[in-house]
Amino acid sequence: MPESLTRAVRWDTVVGALLVVVLLLSFATVDGFGNALNLSFLIGNTLPIALIALPMTLLVVSGEIDLSVASTAGLSGAVMGALWNQGMAIETIIPICLVIGVVCGLINGLLVTRLGLPSLAVTIGTLAAYRGIAQIVLGSDAVTDFPAPYLDFAAGRIGDTFVPYAFLPFLVLLAIAVVALHATPFGRALFAIGASEEAARFAGIRVKRQKLILFTLTGLMASLTGVFWALHYASARYDNATGLELSVVAAVLLGGIDFDGGKGTLGGAIAGVFLLGALQNVMSLKDVSAQSQIVVTGVLLVLSVLGPRVARQIAVARAGRRAAASPPAAKTPTPTS
Amino acid sequence: MTHPSDTGPAPVLALKDVSKSFGAVRALRDVSLELFPGEVHALAGENGAGKSTLIKTLAGVHRPDAGQVLLDGASVVFHGPGDARDAGIAVIYQEPTLFPDLSIAENIYMGRQPRRALGRIDHKAVHAATAALMRRLGVELDPDRPARGLSIADQQIVEIAKALSFDARVLIMDEPTAALTGSEVARLFGVVRTLREQGAAVLFISHRLEEIFEICQKVTTLRDGAWIASEPLEGMTEDDLVRRMVGRDLEELYPKQDVTPGEVALSVRRLTREGVFTDVSFDVRRGEIVGLAGLVGAGRTEVARAVFGIDRWDAGEVEVDGRGLTNGAPSTAMAAGLALVPEDRRAQGLVMDMSIERNIGLTGLRTTVRAGLMDRGAERSRSLDWAVKLQVKYARLADTVNTLSGGNQQKVVLAKWLATGPKVLIVDEPTRGIDVGTKAEVHRLLSQLAADGVAVLMISSDLPEVLGMADRVLVMHEGRITAEISRSDATEESVMAAATGRAAA
Repeated sequence: MPESLTRAVRWDTVVGALLVVVLLLSFATVDGFGNALNLSFLIGNTLPIALIALPMTLLVVSGEIDLSVASTAGLSGAVMGALWNQGMAIETIIPICLVIGVVCGLINGLLVTRLGLPSLAVTIGTLAAYRGIAQIVLGSDAVTDFPAPYLDFAAGRIGDTFVPYAFLPFLVLLAIAVVALHATPFGRALFAIGASEEAARFAGIRVKRQKLILFTLTGLMASLTGVFWALHYASARYDNATGLELSVVAAVLLGGIDFDGGKGTLGGAIAGVFLLGALQNVMSLKDVSAQSQIVVTGVLLVLSVLGPRVARQIAVARAGRRAAASPPAAKTPTPTS
Repeated sequence: MTHPSDTGPAPVLALKDVSKSFGAVRALRDVSLELFPGEVHALAGENGAGKSTLIKTLAGVHRPDAGQVLLDGASVVFHGPGDARDAGIAVIYQEPTLFPDLSIAENIYMGRQPRRALGRIDHKAVHAATAALMRRLGVELDPDRPARGLSIADQQIVEIAKALSFDARVLIMDEPTAALTGSEVARLFGVVRTLREQGAAVLFISHRLEEIFEICQKVTTLRDGAWIASEPLEGMTEDDLVRRMVGRDLEELYPKQDVTPGEVALSVRRLTREGVFTDVSFDVRRGEIVGLAGLVGAGRTEVARAVFGIDRWDAGEVEVDGRGLTNGAPSTAMAAGLALVPEDRRAQGLVMDMSIERNIGLTGLRTTVRAGLMDRGAERSRSLDWAVKLQVKYARLADTVNTLSGGNQQKVVLAKWLATGPKVLIVDEPTRGIDVGTKAEVHRLLSQLAADGVAVLMISSDLPEVLGMADRVLVMHEGRITAEISRSDATEESVMAAATGRAAA
């Protein structure tokens, strides 16, 4: 009973509940929200955020961040367009794009782990650099004539259901990420690194290696997202996915991943992603301008940093009251003296 | 054992029947205390006895739930630390917090510097006032020197000077000697005696009993938040005091078992890290406890860090059971059977926001695994097993370690490393800042481990501990091992002589 009480105020649960409420309200009150086509749009448009949110969650848990993801996605899309224009086969292009993503992530990771630079600064730098390279690669062209089967896969849905084709591979990746973060030694070590890097090192955890792996995976997922983006919107441009990092970081923090590292669950982060996606979908249906949508994202970002702290204080207060209500057990820890 | 009497000269500061609870935890129960001018009063008790709560009540951080704080005999209510300071009460903490980029004088007069015309700071007056304070304390510190780079001992002196500049009449010193070397302690005690002669009332907290007997006249003992006794120290023995603190007779503090050493388990050869330590060679055999003594800064901790792989070494080699260790790789050191209980348990030994279970589990990330996934059942039983073996006092394994007292935190660090089944255990200041009861437990544990064939290297600044526990004592001075002294030849004098570089061994 007391345990379920404290769990009830855990922030990721709050976000999950909030997502359900928003969905139910939207079903009931927003015209055009509940039909399968719109829902498949909602999911499809949210997938880029969701894909990058997977490694970003792990990264933020370990106390780091990568703001260059949208630029890596853009670069990946630009390379894809440029190579397609040169007549290369799409089956060759996509692996090349993914390798570029790995290199982008590796560069971030090496700068952070080998030179000891703060990831916030490093990835703001590579955010500009990767986007610049994207523009050099493709200029202001827009490449749209990708092969139909690929476009259909990225934009289509299964029959008349609300499930986009691309949602299925995402679910597989989500499952892998959940297991990696919450059920493997690797994930367990990430929480320790995020909470106290020094103590993690003294416990024999290979901190730098783990971080390097994460940055590399983040680059890989960002480039995969770039490929998906270009196919989903049937348009490869150098400025694809601009500003996506803001949405990803907002969604992840909204989902209760502590910006200082060491806390959070992937379930919470994904709930945060789809909460943000649902709000954006509803705003679009209500003809809210794109600019106003960015304002909402920004406000959510601030709230998401604030929310978990408030929730934690409520939890602490409840724990205090619970302790006051029950007689001290034999094994009551001694107060810190 | 009687409550403080109501006769005689008036105490400058007193607590009368003070109680304070945090949730269900009754930190103080009907505690009374009287501090007189010209007297150094010890506050004794194990970790968790309520010493910190008492200090914070005197310092205006906590307000008592019941009972009174009396200043010059009149009941007062402190609404915050500022009120207490204005009443002439100053607290000197174990680790002072000075502004590193400001000078000593600026730190002392921060925010209330004497002014000249146009509001400019009168640096001359600040300098002169600080110099006068230093003279009063009988200490030579240049008022213009920046606080950065001052030793903890010097920083404490600055804090004391700051307290005097506020005309403090009551000085509360919370474990001021925990991080000091022998000579620094002697100087601090000189300052305390000077203050006492000038009529200050001092409340002194230390886990080192011999210090209490050296500097204090009276002692108040707390146990589990309850007042046990206030009495003169004259005529008391250390055993008397320990009995008051723990409520029972303590078994021997240094229960060293005699063990015949086995083969060499840890071998360090010509290890050098430039500018830190040089040409360090030694062996530790199975069953042996080797003490590593020396002054703070002699390079002992740095050697341990390099051996374990936290820092890289520039030359030399380290072998565990004849297998060479990789430079700068704690994970391979662990795999070879090496364990390090680090100096700073809060920053290095534990992830404070993590549960007891997970903290112990951190050293098992390679072993409590099934098919690549964490085996939660195995992790839990491993943690529970060791938490119980070491008698950690906790409510739930899922509680974060920052809810535990210092001694219990140290037990969790030990549990975390013993769970790896180490062949070689390096402990760095294993009993710093923990109470005497837990200290005896840790010693018994180390002795038992050695008897079971573990090679133990014990770094300690606590000389009686080194002399009481070690089979051999290595002494470091300025980055080199200057002496190796057998158990029978080791005395405080012989170790200190080598530690200060006075003896050529």
